[in-house]
Amino acid sequence: MSEGVNGSGGVAAELRDVVLAFDDHTVLDDVSLKLFEGETLSVLGGSGAGKSTILRLVLGLLAPTAGEILVNGRDIGRASNAEVLAMRKEMGMVFQGAALFDSLSVDENVAFALREDGGFSEAEIEVRVREALEFVDLDAERVGPLLPAELSGGMQKRVGVARAIVDRPAMLLYDEPTSGLDPITTRTINELIRKLQTGLGVSSIVVTHDIKSAFRISHRVALLSAGKIVFIGTPEEMTASEHEYVGEFLR
Amino acid sequence: MPPSDTKRSLFIVPKGLLTRWALLTQEYFVLLWRTMAASVTRPLYVRDATVQMDVIGVGSIGIVVLTGLFTGMVLALQSAVEMKQFGATIYIGRLVGASTVRELGPVLTALMVAGRAGSGMAAELGAMRVTQQIDALETMGVDPIRKLVAPRYVACLLMLPILTIIMDVVAVFGGLLIATLKLGLTVDLYIRSVWVTLAETGFIFRYVPIDLFGGMLKPLVFGGVIAITSCFYGLRATGGTEGVGRATTRAVVASSILILATDYFVTQLLITFLVES
Repeated sequence: MSEGVNGSGGVAAELRDVVLAFDDHTVLDDVSLKLFEGETLSVLGGSGAGKSTILRLVLGLLAPTAGEILVNGRDIGRASNAEVLAMRKEMGMVFQGAALFDSLSVDENVAFALREDGGFSEAEIEVRVREALEFVDLDAERVGPLLPAELSGGMQKRVGVARAIVDRPAMLLYDEPTSGLDPITTRTINELIRKLQTGLGVSSIVVTHDIKSAFRISHRVALLSAGKIVFIGTPEEMTASEHEYVGEFLR
Repeated sequence: MPPSDTKRSLFIVPKGLLTRWALLTQEYFVLLWRTMAASVTRPLYVRDATVQMDVIGVGSIGIVVLTGLFTGMVLALQSAVEMKQFGATIYIGRLVGASTVRELGPVLTALMVAGRAGSGMAAELGAMRVTQQIDALETMGVDPIRKLVAPRYVACLLMLPILTIIMDVVAVFGGLLIATLKLGLTVDLYIRSVWVTLAETGFIFRYVPIDLFGGMLKPLVFGGVIAITSCFYGLRATGGTEGVGRATTRAVVASSILILATDYFVTQLLITFLVES
């Protein structure tokens, strides 16, 4: 899975010596990470290890206490508001609980970013929404008019993915994509993530504590413990690692 | 203990609490400022604002009418007891008119809207916050203040004066019911005494009684208070469903207190600048 990924391509996103601290506790302690173009990188770690904050930092929803977060070579932590909004359009985020707008139908949810953009005709939007829904294996005709509350958890998550890809972002961020799902749905979501790598060639960061899924979908995995990266490498390297915490985490 | 220490201990304020309050107040005014800016600059979410006007304005008419009716009736009833002793029941219109237009109309309307629509706003935004829908908006390049707070702010600002007028009219009508049916006054006498009391404090812009002007200025202020306070607590909700409940309670309590407090200051300003000058 790692062919043509490590080192050869450009860098989609990079964390450089990032420190994130609130009042008295440090969430991220000198974290450096690179996400190569077309790569899927999973960030593993126990609950409260600061995994999700990495996504918030990359999106510019949080500013780091120290260090730089480069997205396409530009520091999002120091960009102006307008620049941050523009940079976010290059990214799609899949939330843990899908975070669909519950007052809007599935169609309207997926179309949301396009409508906000203002540069698309209704006909274009309709085509794009159908494409996105079909990409995640949902029947646009049937599911489109439903409200999120009428969907199962797995379907909500797929709509969340459709909403994230409708604007054709270069990078996708997943927050615990498989948590709370049954094994079969977990497998379909994992397959979907792989389809997005190969089909759309997007770079992805997946934050998860699901080791099995991470190994299945990632080119590389990073392990976060107490705000520090204790391991980063391919799944094979991780299994072979003799690092004490890695062993403990995999066990 | 040396005296200096006892003296100092009197002034010990929990430092964390004070800083938290200062930060909270600052955040509140930052939200107010950003909402005001978002309400007058592009992109404007006009459709969202009309939806909110329907929810906040049209949706509140029922309770406003009921509150107004019973308030007007009870005002007339209570004052009749006192006034009968002096044979002054013909002044009931004055009492109902003055207290409704100056105070009860704006304040009761605002309190009812805070309880009904303010709680709704806080709950809705709170639920959106804890289910990460607010984060989702931001990741899609949409400013939640522009999309969610500004339409509610504008809707409150526009609807509260209208609701207050409805409350005033209904309350005066409620008073009329009691005055004519129970106390035997004529409709003409009652209405005239309502008008006399409104005209008493003088006019502004030639034709608008100052009392009525002040009575319309207040709901503008209260509308802003309700929208900003409710959205403020909604956006800050944390900790799941329980957090949403907490945010809603806080929003209603804080709105109500702020309405009563600002009412005092607005009244003082009106008296200073309009009545006394």
